[in-house]
Order: sequence, then structure tokens, then C-alpha cells
Amino acid sequence: MSCQLAAGNILYENPLLRWVYDIAGTVAPCWAAYLAAGLAFMLLLVNGVLIGTAILTWAERRILARFANRIGPNRWGPFGLLQPLADLIKLLTKESLTPRSADRIVFNLAPILMLMPALLVVAVVPFARNIALADLSIGVLYVLAISSLTILAIFMAGWASQNRFALFGAARGVAVLISYEVPVVLSLLGVVMLAGSMSLNDIVAAQAVPFFLVQPLAFFVFFTGVSAELNRTPFDVAEGESEIVAGYHTEYSGIKFAIMQAAEFGGTITASAVIVSLFLAGWAGPLAGYLGWLWFLLKLGAVLFVFIWVRATFPRLRTDQIMAFSWKFLLSLALINLVATALEVYFLRGDSRTLTTVDLWVMAGINLALAAVAIGAFGRLNRAQVQRVRPPLPVLAPAGAPAGKAV
Amino acid sequence: MLENYFRQYGLVAVFVAVAFAVPVGMLLASWLTSRVGIRPSNPTPVKLDTYECGMQPIGGAWSRFNFRYYMYAILFVIFDVEVVFLYPWAVQFIEMETFALMEVLVFVFVLVVAWAYAWRKGDLEWR
Repeated sequence: MSCQLAAGNILYENPLLRWVYDIAGTVAPCWAAYLAAGLAFMLLLVNGVLIGTAILTWAERRILARFANRIGPNRWGPFGLLQPLADLIKLLTKESLTPRSADRIVFNLAPILMLMPALLVVAVVPFARNIALADLSIGVLYVLAISSLTILAIFMAGWASQNRFALFGAARGVAVLISYEVPVVLSLLGVVMLAGSMSLNDIVAAQAVPFFLVQPLAFFVFFTGVSAELNRTPFDVAEGESEIVAGYHTEYSGIKFAIMQAAEFGGTITASAVIVSLFLAGWAGPLAGYLGWLWFLLKLGAVLFVFIWVRATFPRLRTDQIMAFSWKFLLSLALINLVATALEVYFLRGDSRTLTTVDLWVMAGINLALAAVAIGAFGRLNRAQVQRVRPPLPVLAPAGAPAGKAV
Repeated sequence: MLENYFRQYGLVAVFVAVAFAVPVGMLLASWLTSRVGIRPSNPTPVKLDTYECGMQPIGGAWSRFNFRYYMYAILFVIFDVEVVFLYPWAVQFIEMETFALMEVLVFVFVLVVAWAYAWRKGDLEWR
């Protein structure tokens, strides 16, 4: 049989998938060959994310330990590399409890729905030139829509547990997620405007200058907003251990707990992959035709390291501070970025209606200055406001001071 | 070209099924270990209680409590609808005339006024 792929097809560009397609095409109808090639790629994607998750749990513990001047897990395998495997076996064979009063169906569905978005987002991420499962023309919208499904899973988990702490955690989680959704979505408008397309492949190709230089405000807002949406540490009130046990996953144990943790770390990986594609020029770099995947992985590692660094550096914020940070600070920055980018594109595009590399560098200069001014000004304004709303606590008498009225 | 377009959405649809099958497979694997006796299962009434720091929970959790953020929810809907209008504009903006820029600036300005009003009235405070 002669199954021919169109030259513009994503599968055509990928030698491995073309090989699967050609082999399957000799014995099966063309649509089945296409499906087989697609499934082969999905296998790679799913395993990539899950193995990446395992490595990330190890790396995060090791690096956090280094930040805290500890050693971290180092017993299983060289440098403790087999620790994720040990954790997996432990969680897989642990007793899995469902509280008597829980809503059983929703309780079991929540971890499934939580892992799904983390896996689904990678479908549109280009890992190397033209290598992605699907180059959707609405890639950015797809990423935003799918990744915000996590809200639903978090609330289902908290609601079905029939536990007050879980429900409080879920309510807080939803509040944080809907608040950070707004600046995140607004910040990507600038990127879409510059690339003139929502396809991630086109956005990577448009980055003659990486967009984290051209759109520093959008990069800052997106990175912060995404780390809030992932419940990473400075924003993790939804599962604050010191306040509400473990938040929405208090009642989860065994394999369901493992799936929820995998969803959280997998979500971090896929979000980093999206950040790399949107702001760090994806697979672009020297010899991108052959080494695109290597550049992608290096940038991914750098972004993940920054996520871990942020977690190690900042203490957890109060809920009211988190809300103020999103609605008063990040939203302002996102709106400034939107208007500034629109005006810059309008005045720099010229008669050809395109942006040259020089234009992008000019924009980068203007926007970096604007970002410094805006972050400084709005940071000062918000700090003044937060202090007015909440006066600092009275300072306790230092130890060794003369005792006053001791009771 | 159009066929290519639908094929890609077809692959994404298949991927949704795969992404659903992965966590379900994990749950099944764990269930299998309980069938062959590796995973224990000795539920007791105390174990199956919800966890409330060691106290016996009194009453269910599904009671009324203050969600506190309906105002955020309303603002979220307003801004998300705004963004739905802005994305198609952003894709085509580089080729559009001056009118498109003015139109969107006015549109964003109206929303900024509403947002500033909510800020001034104290609706952005978490109380």
C-alpha cells in the first residue's frame, strides 16, 4: 500500500514517526498507520512527562536540601537517584483509604482529573523544529483552557473528602487559581500580538529575540502566575501544612496521593515547557536543526531550577497578600504590558506591517525600562497599602530586658 | 491542508483518551497489588474517619461557610470575557488599521475604570 503524508504534516517532519507510519502503512489502512504513529508519539510524551516527574521529585528534594545546607535523599542508588522508584513502590503498595463519609465517585475521579491536564498540555509544545504532537492554530488558548481544568479537580478533591480542612483548602485553592488566571491570560496577549499567531510552533519561530527580553513584564507576570496556579510554595495556601493539615489532599493516601503528587510535579514540568516555548525561544539555538531537543531540555532545566530556587527562597504568603498581589500588582502589570505592546507594535511595524529583529531589540529596550519602572512603582504602592491595611504586630520585649509587670 | 487540520484535532482527542487511561491504569495497578495480597486492607472505623487533628469530627464538612470571594469570581468572569474578545484581535493586530488600536484602547479603558472602581470600593480586599 502507498500511504503518503502531506509535507506540511507534523508526523512527516519527525523521522521516528515517519518510520512507524511507513511500517504500519504496509500492513494496515492509512488511517490506522496514522493512529499508530500518533500513539507512538503519545507513548513518548506520557513517559517523558512521568519520568521527568520522577526525576524532578528527586532533583527538588536534593536541591532544596542543598539550599537548607542538608544532604537530601542519598541512600538508594548513586546520589539517591533511585529514591523516586522506592517512593513509587511504597505508595503503590500502601493501604488506600477512602473515608466512610466521602463521596466515593468524586473522591476517586479527582486524582484522575488532576493528572490529565498535566499530560494534555504537552500535546502542543514543540520539542524541536516541527516536532509536536499537534500544531494547533489555537495553541496558546488550548494551553490556557486545559491547564485551568485543575481548578475543577482541586475543588472535587476537597469537596468529596467530607473534611473541613480539605474543603477550606479547596476553597482557598479556587480563589487563588481564578485570581491568577486573569493576569496570566492577559500577559500572553503581548506574546500573541508579536508573533501574530497562537500556534506555539509559530511563536517559537517568531522569536528572533527571545520574548523574555521583548516582553519582560509578561514573562514576570506569567512566571509568577503559573507558579501560583501550580500551588508552588510562596502561594501554596491551598495545602498549607502549618494551617490546614494538607489542604485538599488531606484524606488521600496510597496511590491516589501518588497520582496527585505526580500531577503537581508533572504540571510544573509542562508549565516550564510552555514557558520555554513562549518566552525562551523553545528549541532555538546554535545547530537547532540537530540539537533543538538539547536546547529545549537545557532551557527546561533552567526554568525548573528557578522554580525550585523560588520555593527555597520565599516564605509562604498570607491569603490576603496573595489576593492583593494578583489583583493589585500583577493585573496592573499585565494591563500596562498589553497597552504598551499594542502601541509599540503600532508605531514600529512600518508600512510592511512586520516587525524586524531591530524593531524587536528596540521594543526590548523600551520594555525592560518600563518593566523596571512599573514593578518598582506598583511594588511601592502595594507595600504602602498592605501596611496601611494591616499594622505591624507590636514588638515583644527582647529577652534580657528588665521585666515589667510580670504576672 | 484542511484534512491535516482535522487530523491534528483527532490526535488530540486520542491523546485525551490516553491521558485518561494513564491515571486509571495506575489505580488499577494498585488495585491488582491488593488482589495478590501485597497491598494491605484492614479498615477500622477509626481509620475511616476523616482526619481532624486527632479529634472526633462533629457533624459533616458540608455545612455553610463563607466563601468570601464571590466578588473576585465576578471580576474574574468580566476579565475572562474581555480576554476572549482580545485574543482574536491580538492575532491579527499587526495587519490592522489605526481604528483597531483605538477601539481596543477604549475597550480596555472602560474595564480599567470598572477595575479601579472595585479597587476604590475595597472589593479587592480579602475579608
